[in-house]
Amino acid sequence: MLAVGLAHYLTVGAILFTLGLLGIFLNRKNIIVILMSIELILLSVSLNLVAFSARLGDLTGQVFSMLILTVAAAEAAIGLAIVVIYFRNRGTIEVEDISTLKG
Amino acid sequence: MIAAAAFYLFAAVLIASAVMVVTSRNPVHSVLFLILGFFNAAALFLIAGAEFLAMILVIVYVGAVAVLFLFVVMMLDVDFAQLREGFQRYAPVGGVIGAILLLELVLIFGTWQFAADAEGLRLAPMPEGVENTRALARVLYTDHVWLFQIAGLILLVAMIGAIVLTLRGKTTTKRQDIGRQIARSGSVQLRQVPLGAGLGQIGIERPPVEPPAGEKPKQVEHHGHGGHH
Repeated sequence: MLAVGLAHYLTVGAILFTLGLLGIFLNRKNIIVILMSIELILLSVSLNLVAFSARLGDLTGQVFSMLILTVAAAEAAIGLAIVVIYFRNRGTIEVEDISTLKG
Repeated sequence: MIAAAAFYLFAAVLIASAVMVVTSRNPVHSVLFLILGFFNAAALFLIAGAEFLAMILVIVYVGAVAVLFLFVVMMLDVDFAQLREGFQRYAPVGGVIGAILLLELVLIFGTWQFAADAEGLRLAPMPEGVENTRALARVLYTDHVWLFQIAGLILLVAMIGAIVLTLRGKTTTKRQDIGRQIARSGSVQLRQVPLGAGLGQIGIERPPVEPPAGEKPKQVEHHGHGGHH
């Protein structure tokens, strides 16, 4: 059972999600901060799942939260690998310059 | 009461560090605030009773993902001040969209109500008197074993992908270079060889293999009788 109301957890999750989205808008050029913002968004989703799981007394939410953590770790690893090889080839990581595939 | 106070404290620090992640001028500071945020999120998980996930969050996120971010940020020699151009330009539209989204989320979650029979619809009710890790393992290895396997597969694919992406062509590995092989003319000839003839009999001379300098041919020692009986 939760120590505080479910709405408190959901509010924290919603604020965190919004901040993550705002981070993508504010740091349009810096792909590393964009990846960090995506981590924040995934964390907020995970927080929501854990809050619902605790409120309902159902473990399934925590199982799914674990899957989200896995996906977030994999996404960070591949994203950073792509950033590293892009920097090695082009010498910059500006997102708006990544238009080679445009033709 | 203490748990509620701790919740508000950790939630406030979490949100403040998230703000700093987004608005920080230096990406290294962003990563450090991200680590602080993950610690506070782990504390929120603990308050909600998800002890195993809290520990996983600390180990996986703080120990691996955030350090990976820190590593990459420090490794790339990028002018981050230049990357911050347009911060002011995108701030209004981002703020408007963020405010709309937050309003919608609050409207949805503020009026959240569970169905009357929600308690009966649970897939895996928390067992009484079993600690969180054990209860989670009981569910994870039985009912949700496919999800567990899929998580492992995702990690495997991510690992192989990251290795393949960042592996440079090494000069120590021997590969077949087909272009060079075809372009090599003159040194390869086609000959009709009589059947059963040795190389010396048909006049193909090989350069004798020079023993490496400073190394005498090994003396073969004989011990009276052979080793095999």
